[in-house]
Amino acid sequence: MSNIPADLKYAKSHEWLKMAADGTALVGITDYAQNSLGDITFVQVPKVGTALRAGETFGVVESVKAASDVYAPVAGTVLEVNKALDANPEKVNQSPYEEGWMLKLKLTNPADAFALLGAEDYGKLTA
Amino acid sequence: MVDFAGWDMPVQYRSILEEHKAVRTRCGLFDVSHMGEADVKGPEALKFLQHLVTNDCSKLFPGRVLYTVMCYPHGGVVDDLLVYMRGEGDYLLCINAGNIAKDITWMQEQAKGFNCTVVDRSPDYAQLAVQGPTAAALVQTLTRTNLADLKYYHFTNGEVAGVPCIISRTGYTGEDGVELYCASADGVRLAEAVVAAGGPFGLELTGLGARDSLRLEAGFPLYGHEITELITPITAGLGWVVKFDKGPFIGSDVLKAEKEKGSAKKIVFFKTGDRRIVRAETPVLNAAGEAVGRVVSGTLSPIINEAIGSALVEAAVVKDSLAVDIRGTLLKLHLVKPPFVPLKKN
Repeated sequence: MSNIPADLKYAKSHEWLKMAADGTALVGITDYAQNSLGDITFVQVPKVGTALRAGETFGVVESVKAASDVYAPVAGTVLEVNKALDANPEKVNQSPYEEGWMLKLKLTNPADAFALLGAEDYGKLTA
Repeated sequence: MVDFAGWDMPVQYRSILEEHKAVRTRCGLFDVSHMGEADVKGPEALKFLQHLVTNDCSKLFPGRVLYTVMCYPHGGVVDDLLVYMRGEGDYLLCINAGNIAKDITWMQEQAKGFNCTVVDRSPDYAQLAVQGPTAAALVQTLTRTNLADLKYYHFTNGEVAGVPCIISRTGYTGEDGVELYCASADGVRLAEAVVAAGGPFGLELTGLGARDSLRLEAGFPLYGHEITELITPITAGLGWVVKFDKGPFIGSDVLKAEKEKGSAKKIVFFKTGDRRIVRAETPVLNAAGEAVGRVVSGTLSPIINEAIGSALVEAAVVKDSLAVDIRGTLLKLHLVKPPFVPLKKN
């Protein structure tokens, strides 16, 4: 049974979004996603300043088994990327919702987050 | 779980990387019951095997194991296999799961005219591989057979946890260890006994993922990758298992000509200094960006922490600067002679 924190928003493509009050959000991949991929060996993220459209590929998460695209859950501009993943991509496996975050986004329209799935619906999707 | 040659097999139990490291530092248990077995028996069994395979089976004696390949007349590989000599005119072959039907048909066809029989025994055997620096010590707690007397590529009949087994000091990881062949019906009991005794030895259950990364790190070929119907053992760098001085065998003319003239293509092993995995079928590029080959195996070495792999390239380019394009990043290939890590065989 995968861990699905109640306070996050989820995309059908298995990314999570953690909103902050200032209209920024952290983005990563879910526990379900990291578990499906297996040992993560490489995480490729965009440059700071990149403008992403909702649903656009923002990078690649690579595991021993496969390389998978990851998608921006909402439109926004990249404010920060998690540099720690360069040397320790396994943090995505170990701590997908905390240390394994990938991007900090400035949302183009913070209300877009409400269109994403809640924990309950995401749980149904991955059941 | 994945379908592998018709078997439902685990790619991993816990983590491919952790399972891999366990085999390099402690030990792992692989269920390799999918592997095929065949009996070759009869007064002309040796004569037949000398005709069938590239290595010299006359060097075998009871209790000795030989690694070899068998080829088509055009030099491509039918399969790679282990030959166990049990006694005069009595051999056991261990073949790849995905090739059982093809191999048995091929061997029975080639055996016509020899006074011997080839019988598929694959359903009769379960096989467990216990591999790693502590593997022999673990299995020793379950058997009266003195494993210190059983050298690399030797085997004996014995009992492990009360289960009659062929105990073979072989493996596909580059580590010390044993492969245990027992009756299919005893396989679960034997596996449970190894697991129950495994705690003090740091035993980890290990799946197909780790099996592949361990063999690649050791520089061992995998059928369908480094050797295929279209890749000869000479091209694959397996010239050491091709013995022309034993007399003619299937494919010997073609292989000899290739050895003398030089191969048009070569299997090379590489590392990249980067963690991005270079997967099979990735084109290999020369300095001008032209494709001069393709990757045939690729993974991340959990030990050296960088991508490793093998590629089939035009022989003329092996001294050139080679690279691969991984999602827009050009990564240089550093050619190396495997193993990628120091190995500690028995």
